[in-house]
Amino acid sequence: MKMKNITIYISLLLLASSVTGQVEKGDILIKDATVITITDGILENSDVLIRDGIIKNIGEDLAAPDGVRTVDASGMYVMPGIIDAHSHIALDVVNEATDPNTADVFVGDAIDPFDVSIYRALAGGCTTSHAMHGSANAVGGQCETIKHRYGVFNPDDMKMDGAPRTIKFALGENPMRVHGERSRIVPATRMGVEQIFRESFAKAQDYAEAWKSYKANPSGVSSPPKYDMKMETMKDILDGEVIIHCHSYRADEILMLIDVLDDFGVEKICFQHVNEGFKVAPELAEYGAHASVFADWWAYKFEVYYSTAYNATILTRNGVVTSINSDSGELIRHLYHEAAKTQRYGDLSDNEALKLITINPAIQLGIEDRVGSIEIGKEGDIAIFDKHPLSTYTIPQMTIVDGVVRFDINDPADMRMDIDPEEKLSTFIEHNHDHEVDRCMQDVHEFFSTHKH
Amino acid sequence: MRYVYIITLFSLIGFSTNAQQVAKSTYGDVILTSATVHTITNGTLENTDVHIKDGKILAVGTSLSVEGAERIDCRGKHIYPGFIDGGTRLGLSEVGAVSLTNDFNEIGEVTPQMKALTAVNPNAVAIPVTRVNGVTTVIAAPSGGIFSGTASLINLHGYTPAQMDAGFHGIVMNFPTAARRSRFDRRSDEDIKKAQEKATKKIKDIWEEVALYHRIDSAGTSVAGARLDYQPEMEALLPVYRGETTLMINVNKDKDIESALEWIEETGVKAVLVGVAEGHRVADKIAAAGIPVITGPVQSIPGRDEDKYDIAYANAGLMHQAGVKVALRTDDSENVRNLPFHAGFAAAYGMGVEEALKAITINPAEIFGLADQYGSIEEGKVANLFVSDGDPFEMKSRITHLFINGWNIPIESRHTLLYDEFLERSPGLDR
Repeated sequence: MKMKNITIYISLLLLASSVTGQVEKGDILIKDATVITITDGILENSDVLIRDGIIKNIGEDLAAPDGVRTVDASGMYVMPGIIDAHSHIALDVVNEATDPNTADVFVGDAIDPFDVSIYRALAGGCTTSHAMHGSANAVGGQCETIKHRYGVFNPDDMKMDGAPRTIKFALGENPMRVHGERSRIVPATRMGVEQIFRESFAKAQDYAEAWKSYKANPSGVSSPPKYDMKMETMKDILDGEVIIHCHSYRADEILMLIDVLDDFGVEKICFQHVNEGFKVAPELAEYGAHASVFADWWAYKFEVYYSTAYNATILTRNGVVTSINSDSGELIRHLYHEAAKTQRYGDLSDNEALKLITINPAIQLGIEDRVGSIEIGKEGDIAIFDKHPLSTYTIPQMTIVDGVVRFDINDPADMRMDIDPEEKLSTFIEHNHDHEVDRCMQDVHEFFSTHKH
Repeated sequence: MRYVYIITLFSLIGFSTNAQQVAKSTYGDVILTSATVHTITNGTLENTDVHIKDGKILAVGTSLSVEGAERIDCRGKHIYPGFIDGGTRLGLSEVGAVSLTNDFNEIGEVTPQMKALTAVNPNAVAIPVTRVNGVTTVIAAPSGGIFSGTASLINLHGYTPAQMDAGFHGIVMNFPTAARRSRFDRRSDEDIKKAQEKATKKIKDIWEEVALYHRIDSAGTSVAGARLDYQPEMEALLPVYRGETTLMINVNKDKDIESALEWIEETGVKAVLVGVAEGHRVADKIAAAGIPVITGPVQSIPGRDEDKYDIAYANAGLMHQAGVKVALRTDDSENVRNLPFHAGFAAAYGMGVEEALKAITINPAEIFGLADQYGSIEEGKVANLFVSDGDPFEMKSRITHLFINGWNIPIESRHTLLYDEFLERSPGLDR
């Protein structure tokens, strides 16, 4: 009887969560725009029809079905919603900096749907981001691919349901400082960082083997192995179920991780930041590793001193799937502008430059069949600009997620939640413009700040 | 004398320890021909030549012909005056996180005698990286405390600080503020208020001390026994007190800006407001006071959650429209090269291209009292200029030639050299 009550209660809970988990899908027809499809050229004077959150049709002179809102985008540029493969917006916390391996934690448990950074990202045409764990640990926490459904209250509604699992790894100074320098435990050097990975993977192999033999003979004499969340995650990485996104800078450490992954048969790897990726671009391309880089950040720490803003161009020309990311609540607002920097620092074509913030990050997150280009059947995530998105003078006009308008420059209400422009009691925050640390060190960087403020 | 000694010593170190980073510049007699010249102060001149000699712009005109001058065909290209960044740490910071390479923040609250120019490293790797984007001249500014030190305007070419000195030196002041320092500033509102009051009191005390110092100093030797002890802080603040040296007042929050304007009025100092993130809220008052501003970075996030998302982009334009003289800064060290793009964003979000150009050329030149030498393409001015194949605010445009103090500087930096080396790495995958 008691058991039955609990079952009913749980069923009700599940029902409730499935109701709130139903995110809003919209219908909209965008008319007469220059449509930059990314995967199928540029269509002049074309329309894009989104029904129930999905791109239903692309072409000229499409008729608006009954009740579907029409947006006149004549003279404007329509591109797929921008995707940021490295961000920390919409997160309450970023680093669980307590162990060189925290594969058992999920940033998905710390999503803040009320973060105004989400709205600001939308105001820059960005519809999807990879909310990442920080870089304090060699094996960091698991990350969450989110869609910028600013306006929802349920943190789970921010998640891009069905997106592949991803995990943060980190090389170099950050794990060395947090663990070696602060706590005097391995890793204090790049040698130690390598061994954290080798140990974690080797133990996961043993763990998987133990479970396998137990399951082969469950009625045998041995008791089941102890369930270990970290080992479960490491095992899933070995099984190819989780994409590694690895914070990295120097060429030597990049090659190190490639060797480790090769030894353990792990293929899915996207290097993040990867400032010296240009030095080992042929090796990255050969392994099929991806690279997600800054457009021009460098010299804020020693391991990025030997950088070049031509990194994205060199990687692209060497055949590496490359994206440009923000790692910042500021840069995420103008990734189109960051992508354009590859035309100053290099010679990428318009489409090559725009791929860096659309289909390429989608590939890196394993969501390229759903977003990252304007194609029939893909999700209705769209950014509309008044001028070509690679022009310095362009201004984002409207941003659409799942067919729902989430940013509209002409909306007087500004579309923000809980914001009173006339607010009397408010806090002004001065922004420190020193790039002393990366955002990847949020929650731990105060231990290491070298500057007086 | 000590100052000269330090500069000399520094330049010797610079010479002896740094290998050549980029190709040598050349100095000579050059005519840039048939360009579109964006003079800034005298409109845009089509099909015009610019003659550079002895470090100066000798002539601007059509069909200039000079025997012996090297001619560079600039048909279809554009000439702009070198861009000026009104606030950076360029040359004062090599690697942000490596504290011993940072020379912009000295110990002490009142250190106006600390000279940024002393610590500018002429061989900083970021200097060529910056200038190849058309930024020829920047303020290298110290920070921290109440009176941080003396900022200097430097040209981004030269092997000694003295060669880079562009002729303006201002004292940096951080006005007491009720702002939070960052999102992670966990002080209580009360603690912030206390800190602000304490700093305000400190400034009042210092100013009384400077006033006294001024009186004694003005009296000269006529007052018996009034020999001045060695007080470098007072010595540095004296010309500010007398209105001879510009005070560069860092202030961002609306109410703090108002307080700063009142303080400027009271003390009669020659001032420029720097940062001014909330200038748009009190633009009329800044305009009425006739105080110029150096604002930026333009690409930054709003200071308040309820601010419009683009307020930092729009701030410069809003102040300009209210009648404020506006210059821009990046407040950066390694990415000062983005100054033209910050200006481009300001242009797009209300300032317009013409005014945004002024904000990184003639306006800062005027603010620094150097409008007779910098900030426009005019005969007799210092030859700080660049040639671009298009609008320099647009990424696609290439800067093809660069002149600083008349030196013809190769478009080369660590970033371009690494590109040349690694685009097609050799050996590639071969062992």
